Parts: sequence; structure tokens; C-alpha cells
Amino acid sequence: MVTDSYLDADLRGLDALDTPRIEVGSLARRVWSAIWPKLLAVTIVFAGWQALVWSGWRPTDVIPLPATVLSELGSIITTASFYQAVTITMQRAVFGFFLAIIVGLVVGVAVSRSDLLRRAVGSIITGLQSMPSIAWFPFAILLFGLNESAILFVIVLGAAPAIANGLISGIDHIPSILLRAGKVLGAKGVAAWRHVVLPAALPAFVSGLKQGWAFAWRSLMAGELLVTIASRPSIGVQLKTARDSLDATALLAMMIVVLVIGIVVDSVLFGSVERRIRRNRGVLGGGVDAVR
Amino acid sequence: MFLGNRTIARRVLAFPRRRAELLATLTTEIQSGPTTRPLVIANVSKTYHDGRSSVPALDRVNLKVAQREFVCLVGASGCGKTTLLNLIAGIYRLDHGSIDTGDRRIGMVFQEPALFPWLTVARNIDLAMRLRGVEPDTRNRRIEELLRLVHLEGFGESRPHELSGGMQQRSALARALAQEADLLLMDEPFGSLDAMTRDRLHDELERIWLTTDLTILFVTHNVREAVRLGDRVVVLSSRPGRVAAEFTVDIERPRRADSAALARVAAQVTDRLRQEVRRHGH
Repeated sequence: MVTDSYLDADLRGLDALDTPRIEVGSLARRVWSAIWPKLLAVTIVFAGWQALVWSGWRPTDVIPLPATVLSELGSIITTASFYQAVTITMQRAVFGFFLAIIVGLVVGVAVSRSDLLRRAVGSIITGLQSMPSIAWFPFAILLFGLNESAILFVIVLGAAPAIANGLISGIDHIPSILLRAGKVLGAKGVAAWRHVVLPAALPAFVSGLKQGWAFAWRSLMAGELLVTIASRPSIGVQLKTARDSLDATALLAMMIVVLVIGIVVDSVLFGSVERRIRRNRGVLGGGVDAVR
Repeated sequence: MFLGNRTIARRVLAFPRRRAELLATLTTEIQSGPTTRPLVIANVSKTYHDGRSSVPALDRVNLKVAQREFVCLVGASGCGKTTLLNLIAGIYRLDHGSIDTGDRRIGMVFQEPALFPWLTVARNIDLAMRLRGVEPDTRNRRIEELLRLVHLEGFGESRPHELSGGMQQRSALARALAQEADLLLMDEPFGSLDAMTRDRLHDELERIWLTTDLTILFVTHNVREAVRLGDRVVVLSSRPGRVAAEFTVDIERPRRADSAALARVAAQVTDRLRQEVRRHGH
């Protein structure tokens, strides 16, 4: 006869065999292993830059030495006007991106729910995504004038299609077994979206956000170069001023700032969210090794 | 005169001409308590349409499952076992016939664990109760009870992917039980597990069934599994699925998978199933 304790002991044994504990290295070690390849890559780029300057291909007032640019950068970032410019630019980025998320969500949910809408506008969304956002500016300026609205308009048009597409493909690729499980559990209507559909589509949605951010940041930089508002000194205005005054050192320093902000938002913000989602769902690890 | 539900079910199948009449007696007798009504599947047909071709999956299937009965459906591939469960659960729409679940709350355990990968085991179980509007205090207490019931205490905060297939399937069972289901539909839930784990889960499922009021409809292609678990084993024919034969398993519980009595019944069922499969060879 099968007794409970015997059953218990068997299951415990099997369970213990099935759930090995994985040791994780210390924080410092993990941070270092994440950082050193990046440091190496940056060092190689600077070495190449230095070599280019030394080759004498262009005079140093066009391509200054890396050290000069870095020290210029060091002095720029201590000024109040720099922070004012970064603040204005980031305000536009955050607000525009936020609007794009709302538009992307609404469009994504609508298209994935309606077959007719999908057939009508599905390919247009993808088309919009590949349209260079700078091409929208002349129209945006005609529409809104040289002001904040024109910039926001183009950010939203640049980022929203990528965000909507991410959500649509996420919803399209939900394993049907999860939808059936949700149905059996009684998830209907709004509850089904909240507890099953949206969480299941989250990884693809975050990829869409990441791509949307890249489009938003590019549109914003283009916009700030085209639509300069005198009272609003942004990063774009600083780039333009540097070029107008033929100050290659300041120009390159600001370009580094643009690059760094883009990378930080992409990898620190979206990258960590993405990694966390993948770890929670057990799709981290292996990676390229699995297909090599 | 009161006939046991099981007896009625057998008679209904034995005398097809009197089916309507007996059905009428059955429904009047059942009025006394809603939860004692049997699950009645009457003349259920389902055809899948795929563009120009159509495949009949089920053809006039009749089946009655009494309150607290454990019925196993066996059949070769193409017998529409999964289709039948999905119809009962209301996931697919019926073409013909009717299904009366007797107002039972339905829980389902799928072939794959189908746990939500973004939730921990405890939150998966929790969601089943949340969607029914159960109070948080009750939910938390119930999660602990259910984890104990499936021998997973201490794994509530684990993510599904951190657990083995057997542990995931037990979590899915706990989630189905959290629905306070009266009728549990199980679709080859242990099909992909190793033999030892499967044996243990049979013991465990039997224990849970014996201590609760669950009615279970269990689909499998494994005859031994069906005989190990079921009060009754129903053999379905293939393409289209029909009820071909029924066997009552009168073996005392708790059962042992390696008992001689079980092997004898399994041999009978296997022979009948083979006949069904051979029909398709001609």
C-alpha cells in the first residue's frame, strides 16, 4: 500500500534532483566582467582616432586630438548652460517618447484585435517605421510652426510605429496554450488583457520600446538641428553653435554626449528591463552559444 | 426508486432505444442537488474545416460521467480526445449535440504545464482565485494549502522554468484546484514525464481525488495509466472519434501500478483498442 510519507519521500528526492542550485559570482566580479570588454572597445576606438590625427590626413582644428576633446568635454559638463541644454533635450525626449508609447499602445491593441484594421493599416505602420523621420520636418514646420509641437510631432511619428509593431508581434506570437489556460481560468475581456495577453506580449513590447527609443532619439536630434528656438538652448542648438563657430572640439564633445545618452538609456534602462524579463521567464543563458 | 448514477449511466449505454426515457428519469432524480448531476455529453459532433478540406473529429459521442467519478478516455491518435475536453471546457464551439456540465466549475490541466512564465508558482495559483474575486487573505491561506497538497511547499516563490516537468505539472494541478473546480479535465497531463515521476503523480492524483469531491475526466493514450486511475475506461475509436467500448475497473483503491488485477484489465482494454486501430489498416 502506498503511504503518504513514502510518496512524500519519493517526490522530495525527485524534486531535489531536479532543482540544482546555481552559484552566482559576487557583484563586483559580475560588474567587472560586464564592463571590461566595453572599456577595451572604447580604448581601441580612441587609439584609432589618435592614429588618424597623427597621420596628418586633416588638420587638428578639423579633427582634434582625443585628449583635447575629452578635456573640453570635462570643462563643458561643469557649466550650467550644459545642464540647461541637457535638461531641455531630455524633457522633450521623455515627453515625446511618453506620447509615442500611448499612441503605440492604442494602435497596437486596436490592430491586434481587429482583422480589418490589420489588413487596412498593418503594412502602413511598417512603412512609417522605415520612413526617415527627418522627411517629416518640413511638413511638421508648416503644420505647427518652428516650435516644440513640431519636434514632438516628429518624435511620435518616428517612435510610435516601432512601439506598435513590437506590441502587435508580441501579441501575435503568444503561445495558444497560454491563451487557452487563461480562458479556462476565467480571464475574460479586460482581465484577459491585463493578466494574460499583455504580460505574455511584454518581451516583444520592450524590444519595440527599445527600437522606438532609438527612433525617438534620432528624430529629436534632427529636430533640434532644424527647429531651433532661441529661448530654448538644447543639445541640438549647442551642436549647431559649435559648427557655426567652427569649433570642432566642442562639436565632437557634444557628439560624445549625444552618443552616451543614447547608449545609457538603451542599455541601462531598456537593457536591464529586458534582461530581468528574460531571467524571470527562463530564457536567459545559452544565447549565441546554443546556435554556434 | 433511486438508481445510482453509475448504474443509470451503464443502462443508458446498454439500451440505446430507451435513452431518452432514462435521461428523463435521470434529470428528475437529479433535481435534489445541483452538484450531484452527472456530466452529460449527448450526440456531440465536431468537424474541423480547413479551407477546402474538412476533418471529422468527433461523431455523435455520448458519455455520462457521474458525480465523483474518475473516467479515463483512451484512444489512438485522431480520436478527438483533446477536442472533446476543449468542447467541455468551452474553448471550442460545438457543431452538434449538447454538453451539460451540471453547473460544475471546470478546471483543466493541459498536456504542457501551461503555467504563466511571468508569474511565480504561488502567483500562478493566486491568479486562478483572483479571477474569481476571492479575498486576498483567503487566497494566501489557500495557496499554502494547495502547495502542501501537491507536495511543493517551499517552491511557491520559484519561477516555472526553475522546476522540473513533473513539478510544473503539479503546480498546474494546484492551479486547477485553486479554481475550486468540481470537474477536472486532464489532457494527457503526465505524457511527457519519466516513468517514476509519472507513477508518483498517479499516486498523488488518486490521493487528492479520494479526499475531495472532484469529478475527473482524464484523457490519455496510455492504457495502463487509464486502468491505474479510472473507475471506468472509455475506449474511443479514431477518425471520427466515437465511443467504441467501456470497461469498469473494479479494483480497490489505493491501487498499485504493478498489480496483477490491473494488468488483466489493461490487457482487455489494449485488445479492444487494437481492434479499433486495425480497422484503419484496411
